[in-house]
Amino acid sequence: MAEHSGGFLKSLEDFSTNVSPIDFVLIAQHYDLFLQGVVNTIALVVLSLVIGGVLSVPLAVARAYRTPVANQIIWAYVYVFRGTPLLVQTYLIYYGLGQFEIIRDSALWPFLREAWWCALIAFVLNTAAYTTEIFRGAIEAIPWGEIEAAKACGMSPWTRVRRVILPSAFRRALPMYSNEVIFMLHGSVVASTVTIVDILGAGRTLNAKYYLAYEGFIAAAVIYMILVFLISRGFKTWEKRWHAHLRPREI
Amino acid sequence: MDTVIAYMPNIIDGALTTIAVALGSVALSVVLGLLGAWAKLSKSRVAQGTGEAYTTLIRGVPDLVLMLLLFFGGQTLLNQIGDATGWWDYIEINQYTAGVLTIGFIFGAYMTETFRGAYLAIPRGQVEAAIACGMSPALVFIRVVWPQLVRYALPSFGNNWLVLLKTTALVSVLGLQELVYNSFTAGRSTRQLFTFMFVALIIYLVLTAVSDVGLRWLDRRYNVGVRRS
Repeated sequence: MAEHSGGFLKSLEDFSTNVSPIDFVLIAQHYDLFLQGVVNTIALVVLSLVIGGVLSVPLAVARAYRTPVANQIIWAYVYVFRGTPLLVQTYLIYYGLGQFEIIRDSALWPFLREAWWCALIAFVLNTAAYTTEIFRGAIEAIPWGEIEAAKACGMSPWTRVRRVILPSAFRRALPMYSNEVIFMLHGSVVASTVTIVDILGAGRTLNAKYYLAYEGFIAAAVIYMILVFLISRGFKTWEKRWHAHLRPREI
Repeated sequence: MDTVIAYMPNIIDGALTTIAVALGSVALSVVLGLLGAWAKLSKSRVAQGTGEAYTTLIRGVPDLVLMLLLFFGGQTLLNQIGDATGWWDYIEINQYTAGVLTIGFIFGAYMTETFRGAYLAIPRGQVEAAIACGMSPALVFIRVVWPQLVRYALPSFGNNWLVLLKTTALVSVLGLQELVYNSFTAGRSTRQLFTFMFVALIIYLVLTAVSDVGLRWLDRRYNVGVRRS
């Protein structure tokens, strides 16, 4: 690097390594590591939310309508996944499944051997359980008049669910669902315990590489805070759109 | 099955540690929650700002990140301060302390919202009436505010407790020999990880179920005198 232009950078680096308690230049130099972490975290969280969300809708409807047999099975599934730590569920799938020869010999083994897919499966099952409970509550809270009105219009039970009950329930569930999204982002740190380089994993890698005590964790904490901020901002905008009919009318 | 029975004392031991971590941190979180609620409800701008910053920070950062930061970073920081000032010798934060401190600190933020909401649910007129009767602020708190604070806070407190209980599993990442750690080591040495993680899963379910019963009992006790529909 040229002497004159490097002067400022050099002193900045000097300050960062020797004076500042946090070596921010070192963090900035490893931006690609954290970028990889952000990509992994976002991919895991978004995929599990989408798949889990899609799975949870029929489960919630079956629970709300007290469908025989399915109701009890879904209740048990939700109870188990909400009553136990995500860490244990992830360990059970990633470390546990290899215990069975049938699984090791099956065609799915190339996937189930990979930490990434195992984490995804655990996250999907976990968020689907929580979301089922959220949607079930929202469906059961529907004002009876809306269903009566739909019946009076001559809608079939299926049309009623599709056109009246679900749209109304989704609106009601939105504030609670935004909490679930943030919990899922927080929960996704479990991925770093099964060798995945997510945001926390990137921080841990940096710390291990340079024998640091906190730089990597602080960088990770800041990135998570930014993501949470963006998510809650996004949901506020979404809520404003979906709950537009509830706002006092402007004169 | 025989291997599970052979390792059972070890796993029960871990479960007891898990319960100890949970109880220690819930106690800390209640204290912090009351302080936080008091700060957020106070008239002082500084206290309000501190309370607000506390709850925002905690909701933004995942628990494990804070835990690792405190366990590794906090220890280094403390020793750097000790080195520089000579006030104390080498300090080691053990895993139990780090776990209880971080989990207590995190759930203190959630408890802040719990207690704040509960306090706001108490009708103002009751506090005014108590003051009009000539009660001192301490007496108003003990006789009028606290019993109702507990009543209104209980449902949300119960939720927080159940989440906290599951969060304690993360302490195993620090190396504390609690339920997950002990089950994992047992599973690895017998090459039966599924079996042992499943045992851990069942124990967590039992703990949740027992908590449910206990919380329901508390709820009934603190709602004596309230008409239920």
